[in-house]
Amino acid sequence: MNHKKLSKISLITAFTLFFCLSLTGPAMAQGPIKIGFVASITGGASWLGQPEKDTALMVQEWINKEGGIKGVPVQIIIEDSKSDASQAVLATKKLIDGDKVVAIIGSSTSGESMAMASICEAAKIPMISMAAALQIVTPADEYKRIAGTIESPRVQRPWIFKTPQTDTSAVEAIYAHMKKKGITKVGIVTVSDGFGSAGRNELKRMAPKYNINLVADEVYGPKDADMTAQLTKIRTSGAQAVINWSIGPTQVIVTKNWKSLAMGMPLYQSHGFGNKKNIELAGGSAEGVIAPLGRLIGWEKLPKIHPQYKVLSRYATEYEKRTKSDVSTFGGHGYDGLYLAIDSIKAVGPDRTKVRDFLENDIKNWPGTGGVFNMSATDHTGLDLSAFEMIQVVKGDWAFAK
Amino acid sequence: MDLQGQIIQYLATGLTLGSIYAMVGLGFTIIYNATGIINLAQGEFVMFGGLIMVFFTTTLGLPLFLSFFITLALTTGIGMLYERLFIHHPSKTAPLMTLLIITVAVSIFFRGIAMFIWGKEPYSLPHFSSPEPIIIGGAAILPQVFWILGLSLLAVILMNIFFNRTITGKAMSACAVNRVAASLVGIDVSKMVLLSFALSATLGALAGASITPIALMEYDRGPMLALKGFCAAVLGGLGFGTGAVVAGFLLGLIESFTTGFISSAFKEATALIILILVLFIKPSGIFGSAEVGKIKKI
Repeated sequence: MNHKKLSKISLITAFTLFFCLSLTGPAMAQGPIKIGFVASITGGASWLGQPEKDTALMVQEWINKEGGIKGVPVQIIIEDSKSDASQAVLATKKLIDGDKVVAIIGSSTSGESMAMASICEAAKIPMISMAAALQIVTPADEYKRIAGTIESPRVQRPWIFKTPQTDTSAVEAIYAHMKKKGITKVGIVTVSDGFGSAGRNELKRMAPKYNINLVADEVYGPKDADMTAQLTKIRTSGAQAVINWSIGPTQVIVTKNWKSLAMGMPLYQSHGFGNKKNIELAGGSAEGVIAPLGRLIGWEKLPKIHPQYKVLSRYATEYEKRTKSDVSTFGGHGYDGLYLAIDSIKAVGPDRTKVRDFLENDIKNWPGTGGVFNMSATDHTGLDLSAFEMIQVVKGDWAFAK
Repeated sequence: MDLQGQIIQYLATGLTLGSIYAMVGLGFTIIYNATGIINLAQGEFVMFGGLIMVFFTTTLGLPLFLSFFITLALTTGIGMLYERLFIHHPSKTAPLMTLLIITVAVSIFFRGIAMFIWGKEPYSLPHFSSPEPIIIGGAAILPQVFWILGLSLLAVILMNIFFNRTITGKAMSACAVNRVAASLVGIDVSKMVLLSFALSATLGALAGASITPIALMEYDRGPMLALKGFCAAVLGGLGFGTGAVVAGFLLGLIESFTTGFISSAFKEATALIILILVLFIKPSGIFGSAEVGKIKKI
């Protein structure tokens, strides 16, 4: 009888134990460490999401080949937002409630990231966006406060981080270069979409800080075929240089128009210009164009002792070998986001709060593809204008601008 | 740069944009006249013109001249296929509204095909002649601009001769006036409709192939061009070829001069305000007449 009672007790104990374990979930069990990854793999922003997805698959393979995080394999759960904010939100909810991931990387565009950020904040889960807008990491009130001033934000949304350099840094890099060249009167042309108007705001906001006088401010539509009229107006405004802020075909059309008008002043492009294709499409017109670009473009020309050299050379060579396509900065944003999360989990374990604290306080001099990151409570991007090199198109290739 | 130079520069830009709008507008008019349909896939003909030309010159490496004519022929073929597959059969029974929706569907379908073939990135073409700008009165004008203007003017003149001087052209005009009467006097209306799609597609291809060297081309450029061309067609008095052409040039010039002398932020708004004003004051368009408008059904 004694024997029988014992087995009953052990059965109950075993049951309770099993029940408890299954309740505490995968974080406690010996399952893989799960990281969520939301990207615009299909739809309008797929040119961002596709390289990001390829990068995620590559990083997962690398990290598990190295034995995962302290022997525990890493599983990157990739979700497609279809370039749609509501799909991004659904995917985020699934990752948080269903997959119980430790952190979420995503998404590719600012709009989607903004929608996801509120969910992640409410669920207290660290989120690292691959989109550039400062509004993603800055609370709305704070963003309103600094709008129209040259201040930087003093608070950040606690759970939200991002890897791409901000427009502000790109603008500052351009203005710093102009100051060095003695340029004070500048004409700007911007595209009337989200990217262009955000850039236009920053160009106007930061100009006083570098004693730049904006003498012309022109816009054009994202599907416009010719910007000669806008550039002619800038030419007559007494500007010493033109800055164009757009992505897609329009930045090439502006380049062609600038060349055909023989404007006699340098053309600066935004950090969206960093694609060899743009030089090719401009067919010789891009000669002399200057743009602030992350170091993933032209990394071969960096000195080997540069802190980013190792990261860049590994990522660029492996990516190009694997996908047979040119490395893009967008994939790099995904790489940085994933490795920020992985390095944090390595240091403090798969605990959401600890990972957040680590991301905010302990990411110092951390070399990524986008630059050397220094996160703090007031800066959840961690990059400044030093993340950019001023690059000039010389003989159809990138070269460091003098 | 002095005022004269500026004005010449804005004039050149305005005429370049205008000739594209004019050709798209004329394309709208031709199909509208033969069928009463507003072909919303008109912009896609332009897109195909540009991208097919890219395929033959850049991908296959054929000479510019040869691939230009292959492009025109192929796009014309696409236009004819479009009519036979999607318009010919339904047009016998379906109301105009259904046909209009079909053209929307075809426009999306064409964009989808182009995206599969060429992807989403833009493509460029070499200039037809030297890429070095010519300086005229202080303004720098690309030789390509003269190509665009010349080709579109040539197309407009040929269309005019065709509609006013040839039997087939007059037969098409007859279809426009009254389809039943036209078929009663022995005009093959079905053939005329097919021809209208072919001509429209050729015009689109001409526009697309000639602007791609300066404006690039990508799969989803069509809708915006269609919108501007449609504005031109309406402004000129829907159904009047010459009206659409003049209105197209007018739109281009308004956009360019607004950018130059007011602000680029208002260029689209100015063009559209003028469109609305004209339609308020003269609903039949600048060149349209109210009587003809009454005869036509929409």
